[in-house]
Amino acid sequence: MAQQSIGLTGFGGYIPRLRLQRKAVAQANAWIAPNFLGKGKGERSMANWDEDAVTMAVEAARDLLGPDDDRSHVDALFFGSTTMPFKDRLNAGIISAALTLDETVRAVDVASTQRAGTSALLQALTAVKAGEAKHALVLAADHRKARAASAQELDFGDGAAAISVGTENVIAKYLGGASLTVDFVDHFRGSAEEFDYNWEERWIRDEGYSKIVPRAVKAALDNAGVKAEEIKHFVLPCTFGDKFVQQLAKKSGIAPEAARDTLAANCGETGAAHSLVMLIHALQKDAKPGEKVLVLHFGGGCDALVFETTDKLSTQSGKRGIAGSLANRKEETNYLKFLTFNGLIEWEQGMRAEQDKKTALTTLYRNEDMLMGLVGGRCTETGVVQFPRSRISVNPNNHTVDTQEPYKFAERKAKILSWSADFLSASMNPPNHYGMVVFDEGGRIMMDFTDVEQGTVDSGMEVKLVFRIKDFDEKRGFRRYFWKAVPILKEQAKSQAAE
Amino acid sequence: MAAGIKDKVAILGMGCSKFGERWDAGPEELMVEAYLEAMQDAGIEPTQIDAAWFSTHIDETGTGKGGTPMSLALRLPNIAVTRVENFCAGGSEALRGAVYAVASGAADIAIALGVEKLKDTGYGGLPVGNAGTLIPQWAPSGSAPGNFAQLASAYRAKHGVSKEDLKRAIAHVSVKSHANGAKNPKAHLRNAVTEEQVMNAPMIAEPLGLFDCCGVSDGAAAAIVTTPEIARALGKKDIVTVKAMQLAVSNGLESQHNSWDGSYFHTARIAAKKAYAEAGIQRPREEVSMMEVHDCFSITELVTMEDLFISPEGHAVKDVMDGFYDADGKVPCQIDGGLKCFGHPIGASGLRMAYEMYLQLQGRAGERQLAAPKIGLTHNLGGAPASNVCSVTIIGALGA
Repeated sequence: MAQQSIGLTGFGGYIPRLRLQRKAVAQANAWIAPNFLGKGKGERSMANWDEDAVTMAVEAARDLLGPDDDRSHVDALFFGSTTMPFKDRLNAGIISAALTLDETVRAVDVASTQRAGTSALLQALTAVKAGEAKHALVLAADHRKARAASAQELDFGDGAAAISVGTENVIAKYLGGASLTVDFVDHFRGSAEEFDYNWEERWIRDEGYSKIVPRAVKAALDNAGVKAEEIKHFVLPCTFGDKFVQQLAKKSGIAPEAARDTLAANCGETGAAHSLVMLIHALQKDAKPGEKVLVLHFGGGCDALVFETTDKLSTQSGKRGIAGSLANRKEETNYLKFLTFNGLIEWEQGMRAEQDKKTALTTLYRNEDMLMGLVGGRCTETGVVQFPRSRISVNPNNHTVDTQEPYKFAERKAKILSWSADFLSASMNPPNHYGMVVFDEGGRIMMDFTDVEQGTVDSGMEVKLVFRIKDFDEKRGFRRYFWKAVPILKEQAKSQAAE
Repeated sequence: MAAGIKDKVAILGMGCSKFGERWDAGPEELMVEAYLEAMQDAGIEPTQIDAAWFSTHIDETGTGKGGTPMSLALRLPNIAVTRVENFCAGGSEALRGAVYAVASGAADIAIALGVEKLKDTGYGGLPVGNAGTLIPQWAPSGSAPGNFAQLASAYRAKHGVSKEDLKRAIAHVSVKSHANGAKNPKAHLRNAVTEEQVMNAPMIAEPLGLFDCCGVSDGAAAAIVTTPEIARALGKKDIVTVKAMQLAVSNGLESQHNSWDGSYFHTARIAAKKAYAEAGIQRPREEVSMMEVHDCFSITELVTMEDLFISPEGHAVKDVMDGFYDADGKVPCQIDGGLKCFGHPIGASGLRMAYEMYLQLQGRAGERQLAAPKIGLTHNLGGAPASNVCSVTIIGALGA
């Protein structure tokens, strides 16, 4: 019997819709940082105020998992990020709750290095290979933070990638890999710091990337039994330009044209997620069955993984992935909005924002599936669904008692019944849009809207639901999450239907 | 069905403070102002009061919980004081408590008083409230205008009214109330405005502009009630009695069940039907002389005209534009300026509405006096369209 092949079985992606125009940033900062005027080209992804690494990871995972209610097959979850919202609260646990995964899932946070995404992937591959997991979910996301007027502000982007690892319907077989661990400190972020401290770029390029990456490539190719010239796709996140990446490929004996687009022009570098973001982009855009892919991520050494695509690749054609996410974009030229969303500016929020946002953790846990998973109730006698679930049914014709089973709303079709754009209530992105969302299959929820195009909202509009930050409790460093509705513009609704 | 409250209880006296931004007064002063007027009107001594009902909604601005704030401010003779709270409908609740006490025979004379001191928050609009530990974790952190504004989007979708037509109709609602409020010396806002001014005002919560929102005011109002027999024995003529008091409370249907379309108040329709039955009113459009409704926002008043079965469903826009509810219309509405211009001190508003109906029925409304009204209706809401309490009270001349 042939050895069972292990590899990637699916993917999903998420890049926030807002694209900050670098020209706007460079021009605003030209008085203090004229040296960056030349970098003022293209655009970078920019998370909305209510997004973080966790919410973006959830979106990528939903793209991967699809709308099915049953997600019980996922038995392991590895989440890689260096911008996790909590230092001590399992961030993968928040994601698991939002995705309504089974509590038996093995959920792990992988952190502290830019290669957290690839390290998470390596852990998943190891777990599946060892038979400890059958369907592992790998998520990587970063909501990157940089000082105003820094090079990083222009280079970085926000985003998330999702990859599943298993043994059935493998779209890319894992052939082998290597990890080099080198305490090469190109940058660091102390445990109490918000921003990176960066060393000189020339040193990082010449002594770091140029020397460490080829060693990792060689080790991985040796382990995989693959020759350098066989590599068709060379995936390496790097902010030194695509030309440099091509040179690095060449240095390792790989064709320079195998070097993948680092998505610097239209996305920015999404941190720990970026190797997987680039990999998914490659799988969606150019990869054909039977091609070898080398995935690298530099940081405290280098991870290197070799894959070979299979004819199952086409099973993923319906995914939004990274290509679809990049196509769904809205240009943002307001640099001050970017600074505000990223907490880089002290702005007057008004007295209404003084309200204490303390979260009762007891209440949160008691209502966990409702608050985190958007799970309501369905009456087993009448079929009436409702949110929230309750002991006595809301059904006006038959108030049945204790008949409700959990009912998931997050993936269901819904429309706006009533709404307003509220300029009075405290909001990070006024006006505050919210309204009654009615589900096609029954049930309704009065909820916040997000990613709204002001002036386009009306009753009857379709919405999709997204997991977002509801409130920040700045006093205690907590943040609460809930689901929000994103109104879908008619053109978007049509093109989605066509797909 | 129970026999109801009709003509069992009379209003012996009423009082109402000046509403507005009362920088000069705390809740105690406001209470005293309304109380002294009501006591003088009733012509009784404090020792004649058997029991009190006290309405105040917002704890955060310092009036305080329990029955003590009222008892302390008015130096009541250690009688029972029950604090009631039912969002913005608390004033009607206080009145209901006092009326029921008299009707039951437990009290000969009872007082209801409502007060709210809102202008100690430091900002415009209502104070941001606290809704417990669960609701803030999922419900939108919106505002009252944002919640009520949603009526407009749903009403337009249901009745096929254009944005512009609805905006103009609700503007007319406010223009009418400003015209009325200008004639009321106790009103908070006493300036006449034009439709154009209203329509071009800054947006608060789409489609509600500044003039579509009621005043946020300090104020207090009080009613002293007794039996018609005692009122007569105390020398009262032109006795005004309570004809109906109904309260309907949401049970989650609007917010959780898809049978509600968001364009009307489910509770108001139930309370109105019950109140008309209790008062023996068959044709409200013909029989109701005047109304004070809960016009927290102009759109609320517009849809309420249908919920009270005065305008046929889908016809409120036409009635409003025809001037049906203007001071010289068939059923004048908000003749005192309404919440819009008299003001909206939460806990006092239900009693303020009754105060105007009482003055009108007694022919004591001064410059804004209507010609021989017989039946007055008050409609007092609390909460938001998707989840609320709605009180409908009808008062009128004894025997009407």
